[in-house]
Amino acid sequence: MSTKTVTLVIDGKEVTAHDGDTILKAATDNGIDIPTMCYLDGLSTLGGCRLCLVEVKGLRRLLPSCTTPVSSGMEVVTTSDTLTKHRKKVIELLLSERTHICSVCVANGYCELQQKATELGVDHVSLAREWTRFEVDSSHHRFVLDSNRCILCTRCIRVCDEIEGVHTLDLKRRGKDAQVIIDFDEPWGSSYSCTHCGKCSAVCPVGSIYMRDRPFSEVKNKMLAAFIAERRRRAYDET
Amino acid sequence: MKPDELRRMAEKESEVQKSYRHRINVCCSSGCMPLGSLRILKAFDDAVKKFGVQEQCKVARTGCIGTCYVGPAVLVEPGDYLYQGVIPEAAHEIVSEHIVNGRPAKHWLFSSEAFFKKQLRVVLRNAGKIDPFRVEDYVAAGGYSSLLKALTQMVPGEIIDEVVASGLRGRGGAGFPTGLKLSYVARASGNPKYIVANLDEGDPGVFANRTLAEADPHSILEGMAITAYAVGAEQGYIYVRGEYQLAVQTLKIAIERARSLGLIGGNIFETPFSFNVDLRLGAGAFVAGEETAILASIEGRRATPHPRPPYPATSGLWGKPTLINNVETLANIPLIILNGGAWFSKIGLTSCTGTKCFSLTGKVKNPSLIEVPMGITLRDVVFDIGGGIPEGERFKAVLVGGPSGGGLPEDLLDLPIDYESLTKAGAIMGSGGIVVIDDSSCMVDTAKFFTDFCVDESCGKCVPCRIGLFKMYGVLDRITRGEGTVEDLSVLEDWGSFIKEGSLCGLGQTGPNPVLTTLRYFRDEYLSHIVGGKCPAGKCPMSESREEVAT
Repeated sequence: MSTKTVTLVIDGKEVTAHDGDTILKAATDNGIDIPTMCYLDGLSTLGGCRLCLVEVKGLRRLLPSCTTPVSSGMEVVTTSDTLTKHRKKVIELLLSERTHICSVCVANGYCELQQKATELGVDHVSLAREWTRFEVDSSHHRFVLDSNRCILCTRCIRVCDEIEGVHTLDLKRRGKDAQVIIDFDEPWGSSYSCTHCGKCSAVCPVGSIYMRDRPFSEVKNKMLAAFIAERRRRAYDET
Repeated sequence: MKPDELRRMAEKESEVQKSYRHRINVCCSSGCMPLGSLRILKAFDDAVKKFGVQEQCKVARTGCIGTCYVGPAVLVEPGDYLYQGVIPEAAHEIVSEHIVNGRPAKHWLFSSEAFFKKQLRVVLRNAGKIDPFRVEDYVAAGGYSSLLKALTQMVPGEIIDEVVASGLRGRGGAGFPTGLKLSYVARASGNPKYIVANLDEGDPGVFANRTLAEADPHSILEGMAITAYAVGAEQGYIYVRGEYQLAVQTLKIAIERARSLGLIGGNIFETPFSFNVDLRLGAGAFVAGEETAILASIEGRRATPHPRPPYPATSGLWGKPTLINNVETLANIPLIILNGGAWFSKIGLTSCTGTKCFSLTGKVKNPSLIEVPMGITLRDVVFDIGGGIPEGERFKAVLVGGPSGGGLPEDLLDLPIDYESLTKAGAIMGSGGIVVIDDSSCMVDTAKFFTDFCVDESCGKCVPCRIGLFKMYGVLDRITRGEGTVEDLSVLEDWGSFIKEGSLCGLGQTGPNPVLTTLRYFRDEYLSHIVGGKCPAGKCPMSESREEVAT
């Protein structure tokens, strides 16, 4: 990591960050909370959910804080009426995209989408909701993949590829029809590459990938990827 | 290749060409080919031999002449006599009248004066005049002399200065100053550097880049080599849309020929500069034309865009500094180097220099490929070059910029074509599509069609584009079924502006444009669907019950 530091202003507060850090990291390190969804500490970044968009003074575009590096003299605004409105819209879109019914979902109470909706005050969805009918893959003896609840954050794909080093999971098709698949779109139960490590179910923010024999409260682990990544980095530094 | 070899090659080929009194150019681009231009080419060959004039008349296979609406087109030089709707049987008559007797065959002759009058062919200078499969033709037309000049008489900084002075801006749609982009990549630290030519033209009804590659592939290669020298890259990729089979074939042959002659490869013109080009084919995704998605695709990953910064200029292919340009931008470069940036900056407007190729389609008399100076009005394009609307119909709108462009009404026809004016009016320059719409089309239906296209082509990475556009499509579909409400219009505007601001790449940022511009300029059509319960053009499947209520 670079030892050079830069100074920038986030929400009127002057903060110092490492050169090369993202805006999100600089904000988190300084106690400023920016809502995220597809971002997970320890994994590569996607910049897809658009929840962590921030305003940067002098730029017309809104920038995702999880991928934008800090620069000296930058002035960042993380909370404003426009941003709150945008974030609410993102949650509304996610809730209306597939079949999200909290009351019958395994993730009820542990769902990040549900949490974010509560935090941002999204109490209803104004858009027509889609009721998808993707097939549920329950062929694996431990895990279930239910694409009807998937928000396509790709955390599971990234953790499988980057932390477990297997890349069993990937996407098929594109746009609203995109779906997480196992190997070459095979039933999970017959996958040869899957190591049954369960990291995908640990990082899934919603109830799309879950373990069938353990309660959600025990499986969910937002720190797992960061923990392993950090340990690896240290081991690498020592050698 | 040695510097004087190029000169000798040009002289030799010019001499050969001069020995012919006539040259018959048969358009064999993707437009004329399905109409049988290869058979026509053979018929002309046979006819020339039959009359025994093969010594004084050359029959050549060329790229697009531009007049797609009267194809298959044949151009006879000197004099640029254009023959229209040629069939193989006509070859006999044209050769006997024009070549043997020396007077144009009136029956097939086409007056193209009005069509070409307001055009300016800079990028398409060789289109329809040279054989794209023969590098000799390109060299005889002055090709690769610009590369020679750049490599032997200029340092990279001077090339960038010329491009900056020319005012050239990216022709892929966004209009970023090319000179500035070159200087960013030249300054970026990292080795090796790459350059990428974008030929992934995916908009429905747009074929400007394809035509350029089919007609003059070497101008793209030469432009690439010069920019590669300017930024210090040694490897280039041309990313071609996989469906463009003829363009792929043409480029493949061009690269092979250039490589065998040493025009690309190691130590070009005996200078230390080496440059190699490879083709990469797209697999049919519109979003793959986005610059960061192209990089992902070339690296062998899913063609999805990633957020900028970091920009490709600092971290592109495999994390190295990468220059990405549209092929049309690159084809301008040789002329800028040869004639100077000052010469180029005199074409078009001062704020927006040069020319732009457009494919003109839709309800217009002359659907064609055109090249016009920047600043020309839409009226000139649609009515003078395009010949106006077919009889019996009325002009309604012109859609500029493809599926993420905007529909502009009649009172904006005097709008000059440049990046800023179009963006201000709600459209975009895009990759160069102009679709003319007449009274028989419904604007709501048109907006729905293009939204559907964007929904289909959204990669799904970011939420606003993936879901938002789909939701907008749902609302539009309801309106066209006669089930819309007045509130729907503000819902469309609200979500449209959110998608524009919140999306990751250009697809989402411009995807709502067709809806937003039609709402701005053709609101009455939306209202007549909702309040009047009627589709003015009679296109939409309005539910019967609603229509009854209305009448």
